[in-house]
Amino acid sequence: MRLALDLALLAGALGLMWIVPDQLAFLTRVLIMILLVLSLDLVVGFAGIATLGQAAMFGSGAYAAALFALHVSAEPLSGLVVGMAAAAGVAFVSGLALLRAKALTLLVLTIAVAEVLQEVANQADTVTGGADGLGGYLMAPLLGAEFDLWGRTGYLYALGVLALCFAFARRLAGSPLGLALRGIREAPDRMHALGTPVYWRLVTVYTLAGGLAGAAGALSAQTTELVSPAAFDFSLSAEALIMLILGGTGRLYGAILGTVLFMAVHHFAAAVDPFNWLFAIGALVLAVVFLAPAGLVSLADRWVRR
Amino acid sequence: MSILLAILVDGVAYGMILFLISVGLSVTMGLMRVINLAHGGFALIGGALAHLALIRLGLPWAVAAGLGVLGTVAVAVVLERAFYRHIYGRPELEQVLATVGLAFLMIASVNLALGSSLLALPAPEWMRGSVDLGVRTLPVHRVVVLAAGAAIALALWALVERSRFGIRLRAAVDDARAASALGIDTGRVYAAAFALGAGLAALGGILGAELLPIEAYYPLRYLVLFLFVVAVGGMGSIAGSLAAALALGVLDTAARYLVPDFGTIFFYLGTMAILAVRPRGLLGRA
Repeated sequence: MRLALDLALLAGALGLMWIVPDQLAFLTRVLIMILLVLSLDLVVGFAGIATLGQAAMFGSGAYAAALFALHVSAEPLSGLVVGMAAAAGVAFVSGLALLRAKALTLLVLTIAVAEVLQEVANQADTVTGGADGLGGYLMAPLLGAEFDLWGRTGYLYALGVLALCFAFARRLAGSPLGLALRGIREAPDRMHALGTPVYWRLVTVYTLAGGLAGAAGALSAQTTELVSPAAFDFSLSAEALIMLILGGTGRLYGAILGTVLFMAVHHFAAAVDPFNWLFAIGALVLAVVFLAPAGLVSLADRWVRR
Repeated sequence: MSILLAILVDGVAYGMILFLISVGLSVTMGLMRVINLAHGGFALIGGALAHLALIRLGLPWAVAAGLGVLGTVAVAVVLERAFYRHIYGRPELEQVLATVGLAFLMIASVNLALGSSLLALPAPEWMRGSVDLGVRTLPVHRVVVLAAGAAIALALWALVERSRFGIRLRAAVDDARAASALGIDTGRVYAAAFALGAGLAALGGILGAELLPIEAYYPLRYLVLFLFVVAVGGMGSIAGSLAAALALGVLDTAARYLVPDFGTIFFYLGTMAILAVRPRGLLGRA
């Protein structure tokens, strides 16, 4: 059942390449955003860590991949690994300090980490290009396939990475670590009393999810061949969280559903009325809060059960 | 010496603005346990209404400011009844989503009515000069902000510590169920505290328009700032909000004066340092 759904999603994503071949740049952005929201689901949905700073890891991955492409090698896969490693490193180090905090303090600290990194990217202009960002690097072919003008290679690349990361997230969710995290989310004191090293479990998932967010950042840097300090934006973290809650937390599919719906509504509403599209987003968000408070995935549950 | 004084005056004035806008957020987060990410929207609504009254209707500044605050209180009362009441007690993430959705609608409404450009709110003639305090001269605007902030902090203290309403409010914050069992109408206490907080945010938005310019995206642009004040002060603590707002105001201003290139880094690092030492905020309860 699950496998059939996964394959159907994958086939649908591939089919879009023929249905809307002129929208691949936008669709690639959607895939990258799904990956970022997926990483957030591991942190927020499974572990219950309140964060508005996932952009810290997205931006780290993006800058690491761009710097790697500029100075070391333009080969995409090694750049992806470098981006993931850099983001996981940032997540590990910041997580060591952050994850002792709780609730609002934790939320504010995650924001602060992303803002500090953004300021560093802004100020260290000899390395990061400052406010203009980094560009001017051309990615080498991916396994022999050139990054073409229509974005086909970029789209397939992002889709492949997303599929692998999704499989990884699913394995993680079902693993002993995933179960421990759900326990920590529901009753941290009880898990502590049972002997679970709560703090280290949280650091572990924060680091792993940071690596996924870094993959999203690296994909963004590689497919657009441009990075700017906006990769660390608070609004990116906030939008990712909104998309996740829209879809439903702790479900993995929620990350896909919420992101696709949010970005589709944004895309079409902005095309119809570039000035008043925020009404559509606001209405969508409120409709979900009051009609399907557990997220859109919960609607699908009801339908499946019937 | 003079630069230190300038930092102090500007920093404290900025802190007072932050206090006015954030104190309502702190109280609602402490009292109703609502994560209200749309709180900055009340400062925006106050500023936008005052802008309309001042520029379009040509009313005097003080009247326009008064209308802005009263209009915002009216909007807040309606929203509390029609909207917020339904999200009390919901899980945090649903509150985040609901209030962000509301913030989007506030932004879109102001954008539709007044456009996305800056909404000018020029200070009146009498506020633009400077006043000689004997030791040195200060801009009147700063003096007004300092005086208004101090007066309101004092009035809030008296209201919370000395009035019957304050007793009910503190009881509801400490234990809402016990308070309602003792016959306190917690629903009305909530509504009154909410409207008061929104009115103060509107006043802060209007007085602080020079520092935090009023425009449609205001609620989300400065959201981080307001959340920082609440977290550093300690959720639900009025004195904590004042201390945090002043500390962050002076810190931010000092960083801007002394290390203009790295200003915001010091602001965030300072905040992180405070929260590392006091994870529940300066005056938050253990």
